[in-house]
Order: sequence, then structure tokens, then C-alpha cells
Amino acid sequence: MNDRKYTGLLTNPGTVAMAEIPVLEYPEFRAFTDRLMGEEGTHCLTYFVVPQEDKYRFVCCMAADENHEILLFSHEQPMEPLPSLPSLTEKHFQFHIFEREIHENFGIGFPGHPWLKPVRYPAGRHDPSEGMNHYPFYTIEGESLHEVGVGPVHAGIIEPGHFRFICNGEKVLHLEIHLGYQHRGVEKLFTGQQDFLKQSILAESIAGDTTVGHSLAHAGVIDTLAGLEISQGLAIERVVALELERIAVHIGDTAALCTDIAYQFGQVVNEALRTIIINTTQLWCGNRFGKGLVRPGGSHYPLTAEIVATILKNLDEVESRYLQMASKLFSLPSVLGRFEGTGRVTTMQASLIGAVGMAAKSSGMYRDIRWSHPFSAFVEYSYEPVMLHKGDVWSRAMLRKMEVEKSMEVIRELLKRFTIYDLRFTIEENPKSEIRNRKSEISLYDASLAPDSLAISLVEGWRGEICHVAVTDREGRIIQYKVKDPSLHNWMALALAVRNQEISDFPLCNKSFNLSYCGNDL
Amino acid sequence: MTGSLLAAITALFFPGIILRVKSIASGRKGPGIMQPWRNILVQLQKGSVISTTTSYVFRLAPVIYLSTILCAILLLPFPGTPSFFGFEGDFVLFAYLLALGKFLFILGALDTGSSFEGMGANREALYSMLAEPAFFILFGTLALLTGHTSMQQIFDSFQFAGHSSFILGFIAVYLLVQIAMIENSRMPVDDPKTHLELTMIHEVMILDHSGFDLALVNIGTALKFAMYGLLITNFLVPANPGRIIAGGENLLTSHELPVITGSSPSWMVLVQVGVFFMIQVLFASLIGLMESFRARKKLARNPQFIVTLSSIALVAFILVLLITYKMIS
Repeated sequence: MNDRKYTGLLTNPGTVAMAEIPVLEYPEFRAFTDRLMGEEGTHCLTYFVVPQEDKYRFVCCMAADENHEILLFSHEQPMEPLPSLPSLTEKHFQFHIFEREIHENFGIGFPGHPWLKPVRYPAGRHDPSEGMNHYPFYTIEGESLHEVGVGPVHAGIIEPGHFRFICNGEKVLHLEIHLGYQHRGVEKLFTGQQDFLKQSILAESIAGDTTVGHSLAHAGVIDTLAGLEISQGLAIERVVALELERIAVHIGDTAALCTDIAYQFGQVVNEALRTIIINTTQLWCGNRFGKGLVRPGGSHYPLTAEIVATILKNLDEVESRYLQMASKLFSLPSVLGRFEGTGRVTTMQASLIGAVGMAAKSSGMYRDIRWSHPFSAFVEYSYEPVMLHKGDVWSRAMLRKMEVEKSMEVIRELLKRFTIYDLRFTIEENPKSEIRNRKSEISLYDASLAPDSLAISLVEGWRGEICHVAVTDREGRIIQYKVKDPSLHNWMALALAVRNQEISDFPLCNKSFNLSYCGNDL
Repeated sequence: MTGSLLAAITALFFPGIILRVKSIASGRKGPGIMQPWRNILVQLQKGSVISTTTSYVFRLAPVIYLSTILCAILLLPFPGTPSFFGFEGDFVLFAYLLALGKFLFILGALDTGSSFEGMGANREALYSMLAEPAFFILFGTLALLTGHTSMQQIFDSFQFAGHSSFILGFIAVYLLVQIAMIENSRMPVDDPKTHLELTMIHEVMILDHSGFDLALVNIGTALKFAMYGLLITNFLVPANPGRIIAGGENLLTSHELPVITGSSPSWMVLVQVGVFFMIQVLFASLIGLMESFRARKKLARNPQFIVTLSSIALVAFILVLLITYKMIS
């Protein structure tokens, strides 16, 4: 038995044998969580249950940003009788969603949890009688208050989700977001088969706008479980794909923000620029969203000199035009009138709810996986995250512009190195070696995985921290797969952002976060 | 009567020109000028779907809305030619005909019982209420200046106020353009293109209207634009172009400015009609441009913006008080 309270992983992605994760007593587990949460820059990545023969194993993965470490620790509870555990959410609000999920799936009670409501109504939930129609909405009684329900069917082509506002006139007092309308059972589908191609395609579809992000996280899990070494060239390709996706979505979101404030000029210019970027991705892999681009172990679409040249050329064009547009956008009084001070999330709120990614970075939190837990080519590239303090719509729009600039810098720098390591050498001096070099690196769909292990892979998608965890059994089959999209944390940030705002500013706030419904519903 | 007919004709092109200008401003080719009316023709051939929760008010609303606008247009003169029916104080009727149509429309929206439409109706009512003083102060000013209270007489004699008529004309046109934008729920107060129910004003109120009823509302909106265009034309185009210079500054001291009709050469009417069409095209293009290159206002700032219009009208009012020596007599 290990004396330490946790196992630390210094690599991302990383694998650890299940037996090596310390099992604590629950009070000790709670005390240790308290201690970790007291530290600066520590937050919960995921907290889930692995059902074993006659007991539940609760595994908690925390990220220590300053130490660049992933902390793993656990506790065990018997299956019978159904355990009831004092809630962690009571003190640390960011656990609320994980405890709700566990409660929904296994019926485990968490006394002290202030908001123990269903999350996504999965097929195999503990209490099937609990239907979507009986969701316990929060209500406030009052003569001057009225409720406005929006959705789950919306005007425009977006995903299903219900928003229940409690308003006093035009002012929103409270917003409750009710999701879980898409019952795809993604996590179950991962465990159904051991074909990594199918899994990879599935990962791409977790959230359509984060295709590269999620497939990269999945590829990381398989790579590390299969013990594959990733070459420098492949690592760079993956990061270039990820950053292209980030640029495309950020520019697209800038366009969407312009649409919501009826600024037609900004909308059409940004939409056109986004098209250039996604068409570049299409030229590379045949799909505008990068489907099929990232695969475990290798790639079907190694970068060629021609594609590299096109990427660089298009980046130059988009950069000059985008910066011009952005300087216009952020100096137009009518735009600033809408952006500034709207939908504020304070640093305190963001850190309480464990916000990640853009929502955290725009509210004054230094939280970026590319810096704290570098993966792929970021291991050798020291990335400095951008950060803004105000936490309003302006910050989230501005952060997009700053991240686009950063991402362009990353791609240019990495492609420079890429030329040195692979292409110049392979194509100009020895054309045949390229084929040999890349052939040893074809995608792998049936490797044998490490048995009885847990693999965790973190990726900073454009929206924020994506976390994939896989647990294998004695034969090395994946028996549990946990996906955490950044939206899972950040939906709460949206609910807080619209408090005391006008209800007519809700669409703008919503768009400024641009969270994923399907990433939450799975 | 000429004016009303001409306004009806320009209403055929007005929405199309706005759309086209917006398309060109955004780098697209855009639909044909007649596309909005083609849509209206399609809607006219369809039946309406009427919610079971609504009453006769909901079905009455589009009809009243359109007919009040038609009646209001009949009250407007064309420079030099009389309106279909005009009388002393007809601008009050003009304003309240439009208000009546809007009132019924708001009732119709409330009748659906939808929380969205309730919000939209609430906003529409507030903005119309705030825009009303601007309109009345403006026309009160004109009545004070000219000594007449029927729109036709006001416009016929307005040009005789000399240089001050240019200043007043400019202020009046600015106010009328902004009032037209507010009354038609366009930018910067409302965004006709949005798909977001929570931010809508006019669009959310017509959510439940369909087919024939929707066509009536859309015709009403097109006519309303043309109507404001006609009103603006009356400020800019002299009723009797040959006689402006003959009118003198000293006329200001009299209580009433002379009303001159007829006696201009017949080709002058053609020029006036030509200018009228030009003004309508310019007005529509201006709306298209205004909606392309700026963002919409925050909803909470709209009342402030609309009240500004009343203060501008007050400036004109004080100006007229001063130049007619009514304040310091």
C-alpha cells in the first residue's frame, strides 16, 4: 500500500496502473481535496466512478497548473448498501456537476449538495422514472416577477437546450439552463468496441465544432495506453491542425458576435475570413472541420511542402485582414456600447465554478493546458497564455482576437521547425526517405493496450480544457471512457453572466461563450 | 391624392432597395428589387394559421394596422397638390391613426399569450410612446411658424419662412428619418434581421401571424416607409418653386404665412415627381447603409436615444419662438 495520498503524472497524456492510484478513506479524501482546493491554480479535471466487482471506485483527477502535474487519487465504497457521502460541493462548488452525474448514474446520495439535479438523463440511469418533464426548476414567488422559457427548440439551427429565465421586467434575476436533450450515449459507445478507427470517428463527433480537439484527446489516450512514441513531425502536425481549428472558430465567433449586435459589416468580413481557414484545412485532409485528420499513432495526411506553403500564405492573408477588421470592430462606439460591461463573470465566480478555457482566461484566470500541461508539440514550445481581467463580452471577444494572433504565431514557428526536421530533409535532399519516414507512422487501429490502467489526456481545444480518460481491464480492453468537454464547467458561467443583465443581452452573452450542447449532453 | 398614389408606387420598391443596398454593402449580389413583394404575393395566396388561444383581436389586428396606414397616407399632401382629405389639425389625426394601428397590433401580440410577444409588445409600446412627443413638438413648431394647422397649408407656406426654413427643414428631415426608423422597428432600435426572439421588437410581434395576415403586415410596413418618405419630400420640395425667392423675410412678422397654390408651370410637376422618387431612393439607401455599418443599440439605451429626438424638436421649437418674436414680444 502506498503511503502517498496521490499519484502525480508529469506527462500529458499519461498512463498509470489502477493499482498505483492511492485509495483513501472518504474523510481523508475530503480533507485532501480541501487541501488541494486551497492551493492556487488547482482545479478538478474530472471525478467519476469506476464500478468494480462489488465496489465503486471513485477516481478524482485534479490539475495542479503551477507544478504542471496531474494528480490522481481515489476512494472506494461498497455497492451494497448504496453509499451516501457528505458532498464535496458544499465547500467546493466546481464539484457540483460531477457529483450530480454520479448521483444520476448510480443513485449515490450526496447530503449537503445544494443542487442535486439530473444532468443528462442517460439510458442506464439509476432511476429511470425520473423524466425530463419533471425537471425541478428553481422558482421565485413574486408579484412583479415573470418566467420566460426559451427552447428546447430554438429559432435558427442550433442544438436543443432549455433556458428558464426569472425576470423582473427586462432584468434577469436568475437563469437556469436545462440541458441533456441529446441522448447519444457517447461514453458507452467508446467501450462497446475496441476498434480505434471507430472510436476516433466517434471522438470527432463529440462536439462538431471541436473535431480536432476531441480527436486529439482521444488519440492521446490511445497513444499512451499503447505505449506509442509520437515523432516530432506528427506532434507538430497535430498542433497545427488544432490551432487552425482554433483560428477558424474564433474568427467565426467574432462574426457571430457581430451578427448578434446587428453589425453586418463585421459579420460578413469575418465569415469570409473563416472560410479561408476552413478551406485550408479541407485542402489538407479533405474535410473543412478536420475530420479524419487526427488518428492514434499516425496520420493519413502528412503535411507536404505544398500544403505548408498554402497554410502560411493563407495565414498571412487572413492575419492582415482580420487585424484590420478587429481594429475597426473594437473602436466602433456602437459595438463597444454593446460589448463593454455586458455579462460580467468575476474572477471569484470563475474560480469558484472551476471555469476553464476562454471563460477562465477572460475573467482573469491563468488557465491554459498548452502552458500548464503541455501536449504534443507544445512540450518543446513554451506557450504563454493570454489573459484579460474584466470578464465581460468585450473581454471574451478581445481574447478571441488575441488568441488568433497567438495561434498564428504558434503555427508559423512550428512549421519552421517542421521544415527543419522533416520536409527539407525529406523532400529536397532525399525524396524517397519521406515515404519511409512517414510509413513507420501510419495510424494504428488495433494495438494492444496496457491492462488495468488509467490513461488521461488533456487538450486545450478552442473552447478550453478537454479531458479524456480511459480505464482498461485485465485484457487491456477499454471498460470505461470519460469525456469532459469544457462546456460542462462553463455553462454555469453563462448562467452567472446574465444575472442582473437585460434579457435582450442574453443571446449576446450566450454567443460570447459559445458553449457546446452536445459536449455537455454526450 | 397624387401624393398618396405616388407613395403607394414607391412602396413597391422601397423594401427591395433597402435589401439590395444591404446586400451590396456586405459584398453580396442580393435578391432582385421586387423580391419582398414577390414574397408578399406568395403570402397573399396562403391561408393563415391561427392559434386556438387567440381571440378575434388577433385576427383584427393586421387589418386595422394596414387600413390605418392607408388612411394616414391619404392625409398627406404632395408639394403643390392637395391631399385626399385634409382639414385644420389633421396632423393630430395622422399621428393617432398610426397609433391606433399600433395599439391594435400590440393587443394582437398580447392576445397570443406568448411571453416573447408580450415582451416585444411592451417594448414597442414604450418606444412609440417616447417617439410621440418628438412628432408633436415638430408639427407644433411648424404650426407656430406658419400659423396653419393643416398639413397641406403648413407645407405650402413653409417655404416662405426664408432661411429659417432650411434650418427647420433639416431638423425636421433628421427627426422624421429617425422616427421612421423607430416606428418601423429598424436599426439602431431594433434589428429586422435577427433570429433571436429575446432581442426582437417588431419581428417577435408578428411571430404568430402567417399567410394572408402576415402579408397585410408586410404591406403595411412597406407603405409606412413610403409614407415617411412622402412626408420628408414635403419638407424638401417647395410647393411652388417659382415663388420662393419672391417671398420675403419680412413675412415672418405676420401671424400667417401666405398659402400659394397653383400657377407653377406644368413641367414643374414632373420635376417635383422626379425629385420625390429620388428622395425615396436616397431614403431607402440611407436606411440600408445605416443598417450595414454600425451595431444596434443596447435595449436599455433606446429610450434615452428616442428622448433625444424630442429635445432636438424642442430646440427647433425655441428657435421658432425666437425668430417669430413670440418669446420676447
